[in-house]
Amino acid sequence: MNNGAVVKLQDVHKTYRTGEMEVHAVRGVSLEIQKGEFVALMGASGSGKSTLMNIIGCLDRPTAGHYILDQADVSELDRDRLADIRNQKIGFVFQNFNLLSRTSARENVELPLLYGPRDLTNVELRERADRVLASVGLQGREDHHPSQLSGGQQQRVAIARALINEPEVILADEPTGNLDSRTSVEIMGIFQQLNDNGITIVMVTHEADIASYARRNVVMRDGLVRSDFPVAQRFDAAAELARLPDSSIDQ
Amino acid sequence: MKVGSTFNVAFRALRRNKLRSVLTALGIIIGVGAVIAMVGIGNGAKAQVESQIASLGQNVILIFSGSTTASGIRTGWGGAGTLKVEDAEAIRREVPGVVAVSEEVASNTQVAAGNQNWFTRVLGESADYFDLRQWPLADGAPFTAQDVRSANKVCVIGRTTATQIYGNDSPVGQILRIKNVPFVITGVLTPKGLSAQGPDQDDVVVMPYTSAMKRVSGGTTLRNINVQVGSASQLQPAQQQIISLLRQRHNIRAGKDDDFTVRGQQEIAEMATAQSKTMTLLLGAIAGVSLIVGGIGIMNIMLVSVTERTREIGVRLAVGAHGHDILTQFLIEAVALSSVGGLIGIILGIGASRLLSIYASWPTLISTTSIAIAFLFSAAVGVFFGFYPARKAAALDPIEALRYE
Repeated sequence: MNNGAVVKLQDVHKTYRTGEMEVHAVRGVSLEIQKGEFVALMGASGSGKSTLMNIIGCLDRPTAGHYILDQADVSELDRDRLADIRNQKIGFVFQNFNLLSRTSARENVELPLLYGPRDLTNVELRERADRVLASVGLQGREDHHPSQLSGGQQQRVAIARALINEPEVILADEPTGNLDSRTSVEIMGIFQQLNDNGITIVMVTHEADIASYARRNVVMRDGLVRSDFPVAQRFDAAAELARLPDSSIDQ
Repeated sequence: MKVGSTFNVAFRALRRNKLRSVLTALGIIIGVGAVIAMVGIGNGAKAQVESQIASLGQNVILIFSGSTTASGIRTGWGGAGTLKVEDAEAIRREVPGVVAVSEEVASNTQVAAGNQNWFTRVLGESADYFDLRQWPLADGAPFTAQDVRSANKVCVIGRTTATQIYGNDSPVGQILRIKNVPFVITGVLTPKGLSAQGPDQDDVVVMPYTSAMKRVSGGTTLRNINVQVGSASQLQPAQQQIISLLRQRHNIRAGKDDDFTVRGQQEIAEMATAQSKTMTLLLGAIAGVSLIVGGIGIMNIMLVSVTERTREIGVRLAVGAHGHDILTQFLIEAVALSSVGGLIGIILGIGASRLLSIYASWPTLISTTSIAIAFLFSAAVGVFFGFYPARKAAALDPIEALRYE
């Protein structure tokens, strides 16, 4: 299974130093995530899951241990090399969407392409962005600004932005934290669909039912992995949606 | 990231905040506009002074009567009356290269004709004066050397004096009463405008110096002697010879100060333009301060903008922007604000100085150098004041920036 590992953490530590105080956020985590997995990273606040997420997302470097992403050790790379890795191999989805305001959905989705290694023409940028937006069901909303979109639609724009560079892994940090339950299920539906198409997803959540949409749950506590198990009774977003009363405010 | 899209991103950001962008640029617009207009005024004044100096005549040397000290009170130039008519004649006779000499006396007095009267400046000169000053007559004829020798009661008047007393009538041949002495007006001078020091040069009556001494001012000494030499190269030696000639004639022992002052046209020009240079510099400096204030405005807004857009910067960093991409983006925003402001400021500055020329009749002169300098300086202001906020933005930690509320 080693060959298929997209994310490979080897005894990763992260220690923050604030003045005299040392905070051990992550105390030796070893974890492998295979290509095509859908992992929910769970834990209470302060469990170290966000720190681990930042390391997996190449936003932060481990103080000790190794992080091998797509067969390359990225634990010692500098700021700009990490930025390149983020651009090419990682797609982020945030709790608060983090879209640029007063900027159209299309331009938001184009953003990672602007910092990519290839110089695309405006037409190419537009075509790619529109294609990905359509794939998350936002056809016809390309020119809308975030303020003109519902929360669920905004999160779809964010997912489209995460997908635009065809990353190795999508990292979602509490992607449903700001959404109502029906919209949350819709977003999980998109994730399950993407995952069925072979995209690797790592999602941080503290909600057990949201975690049940994943294939595998990893629970952290006090900077260590406490349990790591496959989801026995996996929720299917399509079936859940059918069960929910149709109170759609999205459409 | 390619430069083109960085520009795109920066201009998009500016367009998103139109009012703020315009207000920020306004500081630079006013600053550059002020620099252009002020330097234009200064340069205009300088050019005017230079043309007036040239209107003194070509290759002219002025000799002023010296200052003496009586009971501790210094009289100032011309006050001592050390220059005599014989001095002028000696210069005419003995200094090589001299082509024209005009003995000058001056007084201010009331002149009258009919029921009109006017207070004006009365100059006594030799017949060479009009050639020496390159001051042709508009009407009539100048007085002659014969008039000077006989101290005839004739005079030539300036345009202002003519208008004040005779209105639109031709004064040639009319009688002008100066200190109750009737003078025949033989001609009217062409208008010369204001002098470098301010007074209206056309508000004047010029008569033979002999007549002026005898009938108007009453003195026996000259205020100054105007000397013209044949060529510019003769100015320096002629000046030296005039000094030694006059020292000898005035019996001034070696080591004692001259009782007269000799000035070449060059020196006068330098003195006069130095004044307007100082003025240009001062005006430019004041305007420059407003440009710097505009720059601080840009820095202020850029800092606000960086703080406001911390999350945006976080997102950009998260999706792969390098530090220098962010730095360039904010730097371009700052430079765009300042240089577009600079361009508008240049247009406004040119407009303002045009208006000043037309409505306040101040001479202004806009040079391409001052436009280029103002533009480059405004762009530099953008780089200088934009750099700190841009660097601050580029140095943000993506995790912190994404978490920023």
